Amino acid sequence: MATWAGGRGPGPGLRLGSGHPHPTIALAGNPNTGKSTLFNALTGLGQHTGNWSGKTVTLARGVVRHRGRPYAVVDLPGTYSLLPSSAEERVASDFLCLERPEATVVVVDSTCLERNLNLVLQVLEVTDRVVVAANLLDEARRKGLEPDPEALAEALGVPVVGTVATRGWGLARLMDTVEAVVTGSVRPHPRRVRYDPDVEALLDRLEPLLVKALPRGAAVRWLAVRVLCGDPTALSHLRDGELDEVVRLLAVADRSEPGVAGILTTAAGTLGGGLK
Amino acid sequence: MSAAPPPRSVEVADRVVATLFRRAEEIARLSLVPCGRGRDWTPVLDRVLASRLGAFPVMLAGLAAVLWVTVVGANHPSAVLAAVFSTVETWLDGAFASAGAPAWLHGVLVQGVYRTVAWVVSVMLPPMAIFFPCFALLEDLGYLPWVAFNLDALFKRVGACGKQALTMSMGLGCNAAGVIACRIIDSPRERLVAVLTNSFTVCNGRFPTLIALATILTARYGLPGVGSGLAATLVVVGVVLTGVSVTFGVSWLLTRTLLRGAPSFSVLELPPFRWPRVVQVLVRSALDRTLFVLARAVKVAAPAGALVWVLANVHVGGLSLVGRLAGWLDPVGRLVGLDGFILVAFILGLPANEIVLPLLLMGYLSAGTMVRPDSLGALGAILAANGWGPATAVCFMLFSLLHWPCATTLLTVRAETKSAFWTAAAALIPTLVAFVVCGAVAGVARLAGV
Repeated sequence: MATWAGGRGPGPGLRLGSGHPHPTIALAGNPNTGKSTLFNALTGLGQHTGNWSGKTVTLARGVVRHRGRPYAVVDLPGTYSLLPSSAEERVASDFLCLERPEATVVVVDSTCLERNLNLVLQVLEVTDRVVVAANLLDEARRKGLEPDPEALAEALGVPVVGTVATRGWGLARLMDTVEAVVTGSVRPHPRRVRYDPDVEALLDRLEPLLVKALPRGAAVRWLAVRVLCGDPTALSHLRDGELDEVVRLLAVADRSEPGVAGILTTAAGTLGGGLK
Repeated sequence: MSAAPPPRSVEVADRVVATLFRRAEEIARLSLVPCGRGRDWTPVLDRVLASRLGAFPVMLAGLAAVLWVTVVGANHPSAVLAAVFSTVETWLDGAFASAGAPAWLHGVLVQGVYRTVAWVVSVMLPPMAIFFPCFALLEDLGYLPWVAFNLDALFKRVGACGKQALTMSMGLGCNAAGVIACRIIDSPRERLVAVLTNSFTVCNGRFPTLIALATILTARYGLPGVGSGLAATLVVVGVVLTGVSVTFGVSWLLTRTLLRGAPSFSVLELPPFRWPRVVQVLVRSALDRTLFVLARAVKVAAPAGALVWVLANVHVGGLSLVGRLAGWLDPVGRLVGLDGFILVAFILGLPANEIVLPLLLMGYLSAGTMVRPDSLGALGAILAANGWGPATAVCFMLFSLLHWPCATTLLTVRAETKSAFWTAAAALIPTLVAFVVCGAVAGVARLAGV
């Protein structure tokens, strides 16, 4: 178990590169999708599973061997969104944005696909190397509405594998797919969401500013979305100097358009004031 | 104001989320295919379990059903186990005698360690072996979030976080686990409220004691018109509900005094109804909970039994140490409807609530009652011989419900809050509540002449 649980400030292990000798696979997903069951099935660890949200606040880590190759598996707290409103969600969002795992498996509950896809789309904003595990397929079938993995893969632009984690069904194929993504033999091309034109315009302005201050490889686009949405914790893992740099850049940014000026002022204000 | 007000972050966030949801909806529509004729029970259950009229009766009926099965089911195996242990004790007595072992060794090992452990096992094991699997099945059905959902509004009203209902449900298993679960509450203020009140939830360590006491109480005095199994169940349900009420009351007091502030919001997902994986759940609950809790109880019971035997058999000035200790505490005990021996048992039972009852018996038995307790009936006789009336039994149950948390829980509070102050508060607040409530009940009982 990692020990940091959504605290602010640079936590240990929150620098780029997991520092782990093995490729890292992150498990993300809404609460109650069987994520921890999948984690246990893959790693053989007996992490307590249970079906209420907020059960996993910290990161559980384990190792899985597939075809003789070891992978570090990180079970992220269950989260509905990467626009964090609670400690669990912040842990998950920050991990994906800053640690850049070699592959991210998003576990979705096939019985309520629509709500789960919301998180998938957000993860696709953060990283390309995503595999979707359409879990609880058996239950979806019993309810008479089942996702078609191929259609889903086509719509999302990333591989989709059907699984029933409680029975170990589909796990080998899931790991094959993860391996292909990690080695690069399969390159997912996520079909990204386009926001409203004015929001996209704001992002176009903010991203270059953040690129200058953020560590290389950080998920700049999503961190920019978080800043625009008024989440000052988006950049809370920056060192003081880097943070000042962002605030300074925001302050001197071109504000000729009224909308841009307003949002950048808010962003600079929350960043400058919210963290000190 | 200018014609184009700048968009606020909240508005941007709303539109970002709306875009994401629209796309998610579109993809779901494209990729979901109908298959066979399914039946989804979740909406039906949702309507019943969360309805205004249905929610609380269903919840109470569920709790009562689990406890009833436990009370009725545990009685017989308990008696069988006790008889077996009693036979083994006779055999041990013979073995020690023929080996020429000194009396003190026989006392410490057989009357101290063995008897306490045997009691813990025969009184604790059957209810645990029934209660834990039932509880685990409810958990696997996804019922705990329902409990939390139903209680959410009440917790809001007393100024606490709705998620506290969830940490409270976790406390039903083990208060230490409940305290750890409080991490899911974001606001430090509301988290502390949940941590400080968790021990008012009856934990698995206390259920067997309460069940045993309720069984004895109702067997001796009965409730008019109800069978004894059902009566005992109702008593235990009453104790659990008292704990819940006290949780609300103390939370209310805390959020108006030590921990003032505005309540925050929380998100709680109600899981879909799923058939539990019965075999897996039963095996896991047997291994993870029943054996784990039993092992913990036995580990604590063995040295505690030896200690109490020594205290009971070392005499100073014609009175045993435990007798002296109990004598000093007796006035305090009487004040709250108990006696000195009971308080000594609760104090020595700090490491684990499971051992309070066996320790109490050791204390009583050392004082001259030479009955070998091999059934709940015999236990009732011992208690009655030591001056217990119905009021004593009620006060004992209330004290068990409300008193200081066990050492494990306190250590967990210390680890979670990293504060000596809040750890002390976690010990003192329940203690204070226990003395006030039991004192009041004892006072009323005295006035009523019970």
